[in-house]
Amino acid sequence: MKKLLFALATTAAVIGFFAGAYAADKAKVCFVYVGSKTDGGWTQAHDIGRLELEKALGDKIETQFLESVPEGPDAERAIERLARSGCGLIYTTSFGFMDATVKVAAKFPDVKFEHATGYKTAPNLATYNSRFYEGRYIQGQIAAKISQKGVAGYIASFPIPEVVMGINAFVTGARSINPDFKIKVVWANTWFDPGKEADAAKALIDQGVDVLTQHTDTTAPMQVAAERGIKAFGQASDMIKAGPETQLTAIVDTWGAYYIKRTQLFLDGKWETSSSWDGLKDGILTMAPYTNMPDDVKALAEATQKKIESGELKPFTGPLKKQDGSEWLAAGASSDDGTLLGMNFYVEGVDDKLPK
Amino acid sequence: MGIYEAILLTVITAATPLVLAAIGELVTERSGVLNLGVEGMIIMGAACAFIATQLTGSPYIGILAGIAAGALFSLLFGFLTLTLVANQVATGLALTILGLGVSSMIAEPYLGQSGIKLPQIVFPVLSDIPFLGAVLFKQDLIFYLSIALVAGVNWFLFKSRAGLKLRSVGDSHASAHALGINVIRTRYLAVMFGGACAGLAGAQLSLVYTPQWAENMSAGRGWIALALVVFASWRPWRIIAGGYLFGAVSISQLYVQARGIDIPSQFLSALPYLATIIVLILISHNRRTTLINTPASLGKSFVPDR
Repeated sequence: MKKLLFALATTAAVIGFFAGAYAADKAKVCFVYVGSKTDGGWTQAHDIGRLELEKALGDKIETQFLESVPEGPDAERAIERLARSGCGLIYTTSFGFMDATVKVAAKFPDVKFEHATGYKTAPNLATYNSRFYEGRYIQGQIAAKISQKGVAGYIASFPIPEVVMGINAFVTGARSINPDFKIKVVWANTWFDPGKEADAAKALIDQGVDVLTQHTDTTAPMQVAAERGIKAFGQASDMIKAGPETQLTAIVDTWGAYYIKRTQLFLDGKWETSSSWDGLKDGILTMAPYTNMPDDVKALAEATQKKIESGELKPFTGPLKKQDGSEWLAAGASSDDGTLLGMNFYVEGVDDKLPK
Repeated sequence: MGIYEAILLTVITAATPLVLAAIGELVTERSGVLNLGVEGMIIMGAACAFIATQLTGSPYIGILAGIAAGALFSLLFGFLTLTLVANQVATGLALTILGLGVSSMIAEPYLGQSGIKLPQIVFPVLSDIPFLGAVLFKQDLIFYLSIALVAGVNWFLFKSRAGLKLRSVGDSHASAHALGINVIRTRYLAVMFGGACAGLAGAQLSLVYTPQWAENMSAGRGWIALALVVFASWRPWRIIAGGYLFGAVSISQLYVQARGIDIPSQFLSALPYLATIIVLILISHNRRTTLINTPASLGKSFVPDR
């Protein structure tokens, strides 16, 4: 039995190798996913991007992906395997793949690498990220209009700059409408645990928040909000199915446009390293339809979105104070990207102490 | 509804799957079999319960499907470890990995669908008791089942003849075999009971806790259930104590956070596990009671000599 299995596995590997070599006339674009491509959130959004890429450039390229690759030493092996098997361009789609990507990129100077949400680049390694906070600013404004009590609940994952930036953007948006607006934060310390996320939602609602937002990946909080009859925002993908009468809007990651743009450059031989941080105006981030809200709120949200897209409005613009009351941004001043990417403080209005 | 009632309700929902999976594993381990595949059986139960509910529209059929899925899946473990005498630890781990993979494959079309929540069964009169009424007598079927199962298992193990036989198989399979007890059959049944309970725990996840399907939605609860069995030192009622203690600590930390009380959230998240470790230390402190309750043949394969 064991021998048979081994023989089967070897045969499969050999066939796979030749099949890979045979198709080498098309450029190979490869993806490394941290989760499964049907996770309903982060990884699925990347996979949708990959499918869009195939649709757009399918006659010139073929794509390949590895899913559920754990962050850490295994990732390095997985990325290296792809680089060895003839991938010309490799997208690694999780923050935790950063060091692994850097190492493999150094070993394969002829292969191009793109790493999502990281900050380390090389001549053959670019980074890309999305300005999710622009969407959260709009959500904050909607929350301030919708909430009767002036308190929103925020289910957070881990205290990393990306998440803190989201919280701050939400509060800043809300306080631009209602200067007394407050949010309560619960750290779930997980990206993905439907049960725990639901419990966090219940804890927040039981303590009086009447609008809910999340920076975790499942639709469980949306379901709880629907059950308790309050409104909520979706995360990473459109969660309207989980709360047809609950979801106000959702931040939807749309990586497809970026993948097509960069892969085209790669095919044309014009690919260069870069650190791209695009937002609403570039279509890398879109808002799910504004639903379950009065028309005037919807109009406000749409207007804010337009202003952000045109560059007229930058969410982090002074006067803004830090949580402790000290000044962060003077009137009219906007935050630089470096501060945002390393954000480790709360702005005024967050009813929580930032975990260190 | 006051805040304490609300907290209690959340705790019950969080503790029920742990209690269910743990009571099943307790019976399995009492028969001398260590099945580390609890996580895999839970997730199979969750997937099949959700699929059956979506197909038929009845969460009760979903419950049956979850139980059946868990039991059938455990049968695979039983066949490998009892009939083919494979290593129990390795097979259990493999069962978990297999369950996670198979469940995400078969339930993929159901991703993102909103499920049907199992309705509450309200006991008239009793549910009107202030405070406890709403907490204890306005629950779903699976909660009532979890309490009944613990009581039933306690009676079975310590008051019935069949239970005595099962424990004897777990303590010394050679002696039990010599006495004419069918060791392998007893263990098969115990493994399947464990699987059925884990499947029911899975059904609770996808029909009550969060009525939806998400890959890997058991999120490590099977491992906590395994720890609970040791925590309870293989005594059924202590499963309830342990399960609810664990639930209470993990839920109250979320409420503490929402209240804005200044305690580091990482510490709060670690608290349930810390509590488990402390209790385990306290229990293992007394070696004699530990030895009395631990099934002596736990994890040892049995090959009848002919």
